[in-house]
Amino acid sequence: MSTKKKNAWNVGLIAALLILLFLLEQTLPSSSMLFTVLKKGAIYALVAVSMNLLNGFTGLFSLGQAGFMLLGAYTYAILTIPMESRNSVYQYFDGGIIQFTLPIPVALIAGGIAAAVFAYLIGLPVLRLKSDYLAIATLGFAEIIRAVFQWDKLGPVTNGSNLLRNFPSFRSVVFPFVVAGICIALIVMLINSTYGRAFKAIRDDEIAAEAMGINLAHHKRLAFVISSFFAGISGGLLAMYQTTIQASMFKSAMTYEILLIVVIGGIGSVTGSCISSFLFIACSEWWLRFLDNENLYIGGFHVPFLRPGFRKVVFAVVIMAVVLFYRQGIMGTKEFSVEGIADFFKRKFSGKKEKKGGVSHE
Amino acid sequence: MSKENVLKVENVTMQFGGVIAVDNMNLEVDKGEIVSLIGPNGAGKTTAFNVITGVYAPTNGAVYYKGNKIIQNYPQGKMKKLYRGENPMTYTGQHAVAPTPDKITRLGIARTFQNIRLFKSQTVFENILIAKHMLRTSNIFTATFRLNGKEEARMRRESEELLHLMELDDVRDELATSLPYGKQRHLEIARALATKPELLLLDEPAAGMNPQETLELTQFIGRIRDEFGLTIFMIEHHMDLVMEISDRIYVLDFGKPIAEGTPEEIRNNPRVIEAYLGGAQNE
Repeated sequence: MSTKKKNAWNVGLIAALLILLFLLEQTLPSSSMLFTVLKKGAIYALVAVSMNLLNGFTGLFSLGQAGFMLLGAYTYAILTIPMESRNSVYQYFDGGIIQFTLPIPVALIAGGIAAAVFAYLIGLPVLRLKSDYLAIATLGFAEIIRAVFQWDKLGPVTNGSNLLRNFPSFRSVVFPFVVAGICIALIVMLINSTYGRAFKAIRDDEIAAEAMGINLAHHKRLAFVISSFFAGISGGLLAMYQTTIQASMFKSAMTYEILLIVVIGGIGSVTGSCISSFLFIACSEWWLRFLDNENLYIGGFHVPFLRPGFRKVVFAVVIMAVVLFYRQGIMGTKEFSVEGIADFFKRKFSGKKEKKGGVSHE
Repeated sequence: MSKENVLKVENVTMQFGGVIAVDNMNLEVDKGEIVSLIGPNGAGKTTAFNVITGVYAPTNGAVYYKGNKIIQNYPQGKMKKLYRGENPMTYTGQHAVAPTPDKITRLGIARTFQNIRLFKSQTVFENILIAKHMLRTSNIFTATFRLNGKEEARMRRESEELLHLMELDDVRDELATSLPYGKQRHLEIARALATKPELLLLDEPAAGMNPQETLELTQFIGRIRDEFGLTIFMIEHHMDLVMEISDRIYVLDFGKPIAEGTPEEIRNNPRVIEAYLGGAQNE
């Protein structure tokens, strides 16, 4: 398939998806769990792809994602709380010291930039480390950021450990899809550019990459800063989705959730991260909810063991099974594409046995 | 014929802790030459390569490329006391110059590795395309938004041409690591050539090859030298290959250069025969 045809297909698919979302919203009641899953799934898809850019495409094992999301979320919230509600939000800090508001898109981007600036600064020392050491250092950074944001002395800016609220949020499910979609598209374009190739080279073999004239420090920093930028934006989106934020939400457990999404989707696959993000959110928020119901009867039979929290046990088992039997994740390093599906069906119907179908190698 | 000096290694000593891996090495490579560095196992050949390509900063000494000093160091810190090599004072007090390997490559010195280091998850074509990254003029924004269409097209075209020249176009879309061993060597050399070097450093290009493959490689190295106007400096163990194509040979033993000369001279040098061939002439 030619590139033009492929692009036309992709644009068509995206347009169809947005129209479908719009129609769903018009027909289904807005309290449907589907919308919760779609909204949160889109946000997690963005942060998972940004983590994949770092872990999967550049080979830097970083666990600072929650910290960068926190920075993005706080920047967004602080900059968009309307003037009239600042006094009630910052009730312990005399209305705070920031006395202006920015439009939503500007504040979202500012959130990304705040995360990117911090990423640049901590990247200077931290990116000299490799693998596990880098993971520990970035994890530590995320924890420090969380603690610092709860610090009382910073209250006039961050509201200390109190909730930030009353900032604008979105109601339609289309909004997070559009924002996350644009950001993921940018990441994909970056990955397919000559810089993306350099990132992959660093992942495959640092020494060889350096011998090919690729400046390791510069490229690692680029990947780190860009990944953090998008993590910051997704943090802003998360703030919008949740309507209130608090630093204590952004625990390291959040980073592990994102890491889990990346691993299940396939390290080095953008579409894998997206698919697994929706699956993950659907399972944890919706499909496995019934396991928490103590009084579940199937045909008069009382299902044993079920009680609040049992969902997490099942979830853990499911994840262990996935990691044990699908070590490559859902997609491996491959990408989901129209072409791949077309090939898959062609092979199915022509009855030929060839390599694995359903996916194509970009 | 006036000789243009491409690479000059001057009094280079590399000491790891108390062990001297390269001891006061001096050598010169002129434009268009094929020069080999030979020596028994553990003689310090690869260490010398790693010094020239910036992987290690030498403990003492300097390296020049086309007359410009690219690397220089002198014993500092702990090494001041530990240093047991020669000429400790020659470079003291001068600026230490320690570029990273990527800078060396961008100067025009490309290398291959003893144990093949290809980009495993990439195809043959992508392996070569990656090497073109360093010749970019685009920045991350123009590259992401495809404003560098011309440059991208040029990178791809040049890579295709190189693949064709290297007779790798039939395996263009195969994973690099799925190639047979000999082809992987070819690809590694092709990838080094994609950075448009003037000086090519080959670290045991014939390692693990059978006589037939070695013969092909010999012709291949001669050919690329002529076609790309290269200067080649290589480490090799296969004496047939070394004697066949080298213009000059340096012999290293226990980190010390013990002889230098044309293949004929080296063949008949008693010190070399003693140190390297163990007295028996059976190459």
